[in-house]
Amino acid sequence: MAQGSFAEAGADLELVGITKRFPGFTAIEDLNLTIPAGSFFALLGPSGCGKTTTLRLVAGLEDATEGRILIGGKDVTHTKPFQRPVNTVFQSYALFPHMTILENVSFGLKRRKIADATTLAHEALRLVELDHLAQRKPQQLSGGQQQRVALARAVVNRPALLLLDEPLGALDLKLRRQMQIELKDIQSDVGLTFLHVTHDQEEAMTMADTVAVMNKGQIEQMGAPEELYELPRTSFVANFLGQSNLFTGKVISSGSNSIVVDVAGRKIEIPRERAQRHAGEVTIGVRPEKLMLHTSAPKPQSDVNIVGPGRVTDVSFSGVSTQYQVSVPGLGSMVVFAQNMVFGPVVNTGAEVWLTWNTDHGFGVADDPADGPRFTADTDTKSLAVQKREKLEAELEEA
Amino acid sequence: MAFGAFSGTATPVAVEPVARKRSKVALILLLPGILYLGLFFLVPFVQLIITSLQAPGLDIGLYVNAFKVDNYAIVIQSYGSHIARSFGYALIATILALAFSYPLAYFIGVKLRRFPLLQALGLTLVIAPFFISFLLRTFAWKQVFSDEGAVVTGLKALSLMGSGDHFTGTPAAVIFGLTYNFIPFMTLPIYTSLEKLDLRYVEAGNDLYASPTKTFLFITVPLSMPGIVSGSLLTFIPAAGDYINASGQFLGGSDTQMIGNVIEKNFLELQNYPAAAALSLILMAAILVLVGIYVKRSGTEDLI
Repeated sequence: MAQGSFAEAGADLELVGITKRFPGFTAIEDLNLTIPAGSFFALLGPSGCGKTTTLRLVAGLEDATEGRILIGGKDVTHTKPFQRPVNTVFQSYALFPHMTILENVSFGLKRRKIADATTLAHEALRLVELDHLAQRKPQQLSGGQQQRVALARAVVNRPALLLLDEPLGALDLKLRRQMQIELKDIQSDVGLTFLHVTHDQEEAMTMADTVAVMNKGQIEQMGAPEELYELPRTSFVANFLGQSNLFTGKVISSGSNSIVVDVAGRKIEIPRERAQRHAGEVTIGVRPEKLMLHTSAPKPQSDVNIVGPGRVTDVSFSGVSTQYQVSVPGLGSMVVFAQNMVFGPVVNTGAEVWLTWNTDHGFGVADDPADGPRFTADTDTKSLAVQKREKLEAELEEA
Repeated sequence: MAFGAFSGTATPVAVEPVARKRSKVALILLLPGILYLGLFFLVPFVQLIITSLQAPGLDIGLYVNAFKVDNYAIVIQSYGSHIARSFGYALIATILALAFSYPLAYFIGVKLRRFPLLQALGLTLVIAPFFISFLLRTFAWKQVFSDEGAVVTGLKALSLMGSGDHFTGTPAAVIFGLTYNFIPFMTLPIYTSLEKLDLRYVEAGNDLYASPTKTFLFITVPLSMPGIVSGSLLTFIPAAGDYINASGQFLGGSDTQMIGNVIEKNFLELQNYPAAAALSLILMAAILVLVGIYVKRSGTEDLI
């Protein structure tokens, strides 16, 4: 990186065979990832999945046990953080408490001896609409303002790659939506490559061009948000990115266009090209909003899957839609999202209902449903233990 | 009436007795402290001022109350070099103690953070010298540096010291003693600052193109400034008035007398109480001024 100059544009990021081991556990296992220049890339995953470690490896704050990191084709694996054309917006913002906002924002520019550091810092502060607070100290600002300063402090350096470590996590919902839009604007204005780490699936889907879902140190699936949502390839993705109704059964007939799966005596058809596996025991699923509720048994049709009768066990009204929990014998509990076309819920708890969906909407995943049942209450011993372990792993990851 | 208690006009009436009661409680709690300060600071302080202005009486060691401001001019004239030497030695000792303590405190407070047991051990080692009287420790150093000791004979064998040279009684020995004795006072406040240092700021500095050296200068040092300031005050103030290290019985000699030694001599040997009192007050005033400038310059006024 030449002293005193900005990166011309965003740069590609390439991770080749990255493995990171901490004493006692492996955070990342053989990770390969390419992020094209100028894109907004989101790494999505639960806490402890290795996403923050990945980010810290790219920033240089952590050394990879194995593998190489390339930025714009240049190997930076063994360079120090201050030598990399990368800036990070930290989860904690990490604004220097002994400096004013202006000094914070011009810090990186001054270290690189860029002329007009102060003018550029003011410009960056105007971009986030905080120039009037330039002489304040970070503690005098609200959380949202601090977040914008942290963003300005990183963006002002025009890094080839901007890393965002759950920077919106501490903001309330409204401010968060506003910042998401601002971030997206800045990204398209400045043309930088953004790598955004988050556990908020909605945030990842609304902001990123490409989303990679990470689990246990590996990328489960990567692609455009709608692609990931409509056609999840693993049960983890199916449940982490939105909700899914998953069933497991044997394939009983496999045609050229579709396969039919026997789930507890019911035949469920899914398109062949939307299934990862075509024979033997398979797991298939359908998104809750694709399901239709019927209060009487519907007539069998060739391109519609029908299950039922089942009992409504729970109804929760959320304004735009209503979520029904339906217990179907043999299939377990299913979730249905129904838009509120009429006033309020159409059926009440205890009602007998049938569920139908278009056969085109089903999908088949490559693995079996994840270890734990989906809708366990968070308070039972097992899930508490799992949460505790995940928290511990997250802490270890941060340490 | 019941609502009146919540209305604006009624509130002051309701609050006043409570406030008076509170201030009474505060006063009672403060009383021991005020009495203590009055008895052991204010009274002796006034007595010291009175003594410093006294004139000689009928016999040696007897003085009568007067307003002899000359006393100050006289002591400054006769002991000016001692005052300058005191502050010079104290300043050098403070700088040396800082240079030694900062890395030590950084190591214990930051590098040993992940090993609480080692951290506790490190802190214990810093405090351990306090378990032995500091007179004994200073005396032990006199033995170590004596002309027959291993250090001096070794240096002489290596021709680094001439055959007639001594180490005890030199300014270097006094400064060494001051530095040694005050290192824990410097280390502990700096440790307290560094122990709280959020390493994420350091990471952010590294991320913003600051090399480790620059990060240290621009992030770590300013964030540990409160520790540096209180540590250097805790070292400089007592070091400037110290009379043990510089005394001829310990590490000093006749050329290394500091203001503390002079005050001691005037009080106990020459029985020139006005001179001793005047010197004490000059020392106090000089320290106040120097510390005031230092605190103002380092931007840590909140500390005092």
